[in-house]
Parts: sequence; C-alpha cells; structure tokens
Amino acid sequence: MNKTLSDWKAILIFVGPALLLYTLVLLVPIVWSLGYTLYEGSPITGFEFVGIQNYLRILQDPTFLKALWFGTKFALVVSTGQVILGLLLALLYHFYLKNSSALVRTLIFLPVVLPTVAVAQMFSKMFAIAPQYGLVNSLLHNMGLDGYIQPWLGQADTAFWIIALMEIWKAMGFYAILLYTGLVAIPDETLEAARLDGAKGWTLTRFIVLPLLAPITISSLIFSLNGTLKVFDTIVALTNGGPGTTTTPLTLLMFKTAFTYSEYGYGSTIALGLALQCLVVTLLIVWRNRNGGQ
Amino acid sequence: MIGQDPMKTGVQNKAAYNPTQARIQKTLFGLPITLLILILVLLAIYPVFWIFMSSLKGSEEFSLKPMWALPETLHWENYARAWTEGNMGKYFVNSVLVVFPSLFLLVILGTAAAFGIEIMRWKMAKGVNLMFLVGIMVPIQIVILPLFTMYYQANLLDTRLALIMTYVAFGLPLVVFFLAGFFQSFPREIIEAAIVDGATIYQVFYKIALPMVQNAIVTVALVQFFFLWNDLLVSLTFTSNPDMRTVQSGLLAFTGQYGQREWGPTFASIGLAVAPTVIIYLFLNRMVMKGMAAGAVKG
Repeated sequence: MNKTLSDWKAILIFVGPALLLYTLVLLVPIVWSLGYTLYEGSPITGFEFVGIQNYLRILQDPTFLKALWFGTKFALVVSTGQVILGLLLALLYHFYLKNSSALVRTLIFLPVVLPTVAVAQMFSKMFAIAPQYGLVNSLLHNMGLDGYIQPWLGQADTAFWIIALMEIWKAMGFYAILLYTGLVAIPDETLEAARLDGAKGWTLTRFIVLPLLAPITISSLIFSLNGTLKVFDTIVALTNGGPGTTTTPLTLLMFKTAFTYSEYGYGSTIALGLALQCLVVTLLIVWRNRNGGQ
Repeated sequence: MIGQDPMKTGVQNKAAYNPTQARIQKTLFGLPITLLILILVLLAIYPVFWIFMSSLKGSEEFSLKPMWALPETLHWENYARAWTEGNMGKYFVNSVLVVFPSLFLLVILGTAAAFGIEIMRWKMAKGVNLMFLVGIMVPIQIVILPLFTMYYQANLLDTRLALIMTYVAFGLPLVVFFLAGFFQSFPREIIEAAIVDGATIYQVFYKIALPMVQNAIVTVALVQFFFLWNDLLVSLTFTSNPDMRTVQSGLLAFTGQYGQREWGPTFASIGLAVAPTVIIYLFLNRMVMKGMAAGAVKG
C-alpha cells in the first residue's frame, strides 16, 4: 500500500509536468523580475547594470506617484461601490425576493461573464461624443439638456467616474452572489431569536446580519481591491490612460514603460511597486479586521 | 394566517396592530423595492440588448436616429463584414485554437498534480502545494517582462504555444487548489481497496479518481474558460502579428482602426466577442455562478 502510494516515479509523473511548467513560466520569472530592477534596457537593446538607480528614480517620479494615487483612489472607490451594492443586492435577494430570486440573480450576474474589452468598447460607444453622440449624449440632447453634453471619456474627472461606473456595474452581481451565499449560511434560528427579542428591519440587519456577514464581506473587499488595483483591460479599451496620463494606473504605466519606451528595468520596478501596493492593502484590511474583531 | 408560525404572529401583535395599515405600509414599502429591483435588472441587461440592437442598424440610422431607437431594417450584413473585413473570423479561430488546448492541458496537469499532492504520500507534498499557492497571490504584471524576454530568446513570440504555456501556468494555481480540496475529502478506502485488488496507481487515477471528481473538473474548466476567453493582457503582450490575435486583442485593434466611423460592424464585432460567453452562461448559469463564487472564496 505505502509502496504504491509513495512510488517516486508515479509522483513525478503526476506532479512533475505541472510543476515544471509552473516553475518555468511563473516562479523563475518572479525572481528574474526582481533581478531586472537592477538593470536598464530591453532584450532588443541589451541590458546594463545600474544598481539601485531604478529605485531612486521611482521615488521621485511624478508619473509613478500619480499612477499610484490614481490606482489607490480608483480601487477604494470601486471596491466600496462593488461591495456595498453587492451587499444591498444580497440582502434584497435573501430577505425580499426570498426563494423566487433565482431569475434576478441570474440576470444581474450576466455582466460578470462578459469580456472586459467588449464591455469597455460598449461603454465607450455609450459615452461617445464624436463622430456621433453616444447613448448618453443622445439622451441628454433629446431631453433638452444640451448643456450637459460633454466628451465624457475625454476629460480626466468624468473619465474617472465612467471607468469606476463600468467596473462597479460589471462586478456587482458577482459580489452579490458571494455575499448571498454567506447570508444563506446564517442559521434561521439566530434570526428567529433576534426577531423574538424585537429586532427587525434595519436593527436586525445592522446588529445581527452585518456582523455575522463580516468575514465574507472582508474577503469580498480584499478580493475586490486586489482585482481593481490590477485594472488593465478596462482602461486600455476605454481611455488608454488618457487624457494625458490622468487615468493611468500602475499596470498600464508599467506596460507602456516596458513596451513603448523599452525600459524593462524600470518597468519591473513599477511592477514590484504594484505587487507591494496589493500586498499592503490586503495586510491593512486583515490587520484592521483582527483589531476590530476583538 | 393558516400555517403561520404562532410565535411570529405573537411578535407582531405586541405593537398596536392594524392589519389594513400594515398592508398599506407593506405595499408602499414593497413597491419602491420592486421598482428598484426592476431598475437594477434592466441596468444589468439593457447594455447587452443595446449592443445586439445596434449591431443590426444601417450606417445612416446612427447619424439620423437617436441611439436608443430600434433598428428599422435588420442589417445582418454587419456581422458578415465584422467576420471578414474586421477579421473577427480569424480572431475567433485563433482564440479557439489557444483557449481549448489550454483548458485541456490545465485540467489534465492540474488534476494529476492535485492527485499527486493529496493522495500520494511524500514529504515535500505540503511544500509543493504551498508553491502553487504563491501563484494565486502574485500579480501577473510582475511576470510578463521576464516571460517576454524568455519567449523572445526562444523565438516563441507570436506563436500559439507561448499563449498556451502562459495560460496553463497562470491557471494552474487555482485549478490545483480547487481540485486538491476535492481530493482531500476523497474516501481513501476506495483507493486502498483498488490497490489491494491489484490496480496500479495510474489505473486508480484514470479509472477511479478522475470519474469521481468529474463535476469539480467541469466546474473549474468552465470558470477557466471565461478567464481565458476574456483575457487581454497576455495576448496583447505576446502577439503583435495580426494573424495571431485572439478575439479580445483583435477587437481592440479593430475598433481602434475602423470603429470611429463604421458603427454597425463595430457593434457586430463586439457582439461576436461577447456571444460565446453569453450563450454558455445562458445554458449553465447556475454552475458558472457556483464555480466562480467557490473559486473566489478559496482564492
């Protein structure tokens, strides 16, 4: 028995191919990427050792700081929107629609499975101003609100909110399902006991349901922040970082630094910054949760 | 009132209870919520409907009619133009030739690895499992520059192999993690009995383990299908030759080139990029929702 289950050749055949490919394509490049931060150049132009110069540069690079700030602000806004709307939807599904919510759940989840590029193209057509008015400007025009017609995606502040809107729209159904599964798992007896004590409506939600749902809400928030900090497809297809660099997150900045300007070393340094950003946000939430929970 | 929990009625009776007033309150309270839900559902599906509707309009309708108007005549040729002139046909074939081999390899390699890690007995199993977990947390962006160099040196840029290798490696952590969970609760007695009966470990894997985790495999393959079909970053990075583009990077190129004026074919090409996911979702929506939620909670 033990001989069969600890046969080295069999283990190698089962785990070997996956591990080999995974190591080659993911683990080795992680280490390699860290090495790149000490170099400048590209595979085409050749590399040159520059020591910690990339790190010194990144700390004083206004473009980097702007992208870092944009990404953080974007992630905070979008994650808050996604989780709050998801929570609201989940409460609606469970307490209002009850068992007949299957159809509504299915329909509101639909945007989750759509390709981001296609959705972004759709949004860019919705908010277009030229060559023809898109859906929104066309609506404004017909309602006589011509004063509000504007190049929604051509201005930094409106573009920010449209990108945020699209991300929230696309994922709210997902967080609704996630939180709904958490809601369903709350035992009926607990809710019944609270009701007997006179809690209902908002009180019941605020003091019983939300605290019980806290762990899964925190997971949703981490998941959402992680996703939105890595936003790429949406921005490439909607604004390509513009106007100027006003809607450029770290992911796009890194992509352009490496592939437009052939600065691999600096690009890798930016990628490291992105990885740290994701890590810090996750740790902050975990830490806050631990302290808050006591 | 029949069949209602007497406890509940008791609670309601505590307050000064007026049935008519309560019913009116319930309706007034219920109507806005029903409306709210209706609006939310409309918001979720209207844009998809709008793409489809706009994809059937003629070019003059875009300039003369408001954007929400229904098409006057159905211009199905928009789809034909997107498919041929817009190269969506070629991109479709490319996507299929990359996504399905990747899915196949992902499932085979991932299931085998999960089996090796959970069922086989060896000291380093835990460590290897942990190594796969690292991949769930690392942002892809940190890996693509060294990968680009590797593929460049190995002459793999603009090949399907580069995309397939990348997709499989990036998907493995979640697949291994998901299936390891299933093998963890796998009844060991069955495996032991099979071995006592003289089955080799490969027969155990192929004839017992694989069929028993079939449902988990279908779920994880389904979820990975959506990830791979919808990917932009990987295909944009490793392909620059238009002949190798997948649906998503092709759509981006197409709308950049022609999308400014030719709105009908543009909407048709967006529709083509969306169609496979919508169709699969319509048929398997329960499984998709369940799979994605499970993947998220575990990931």
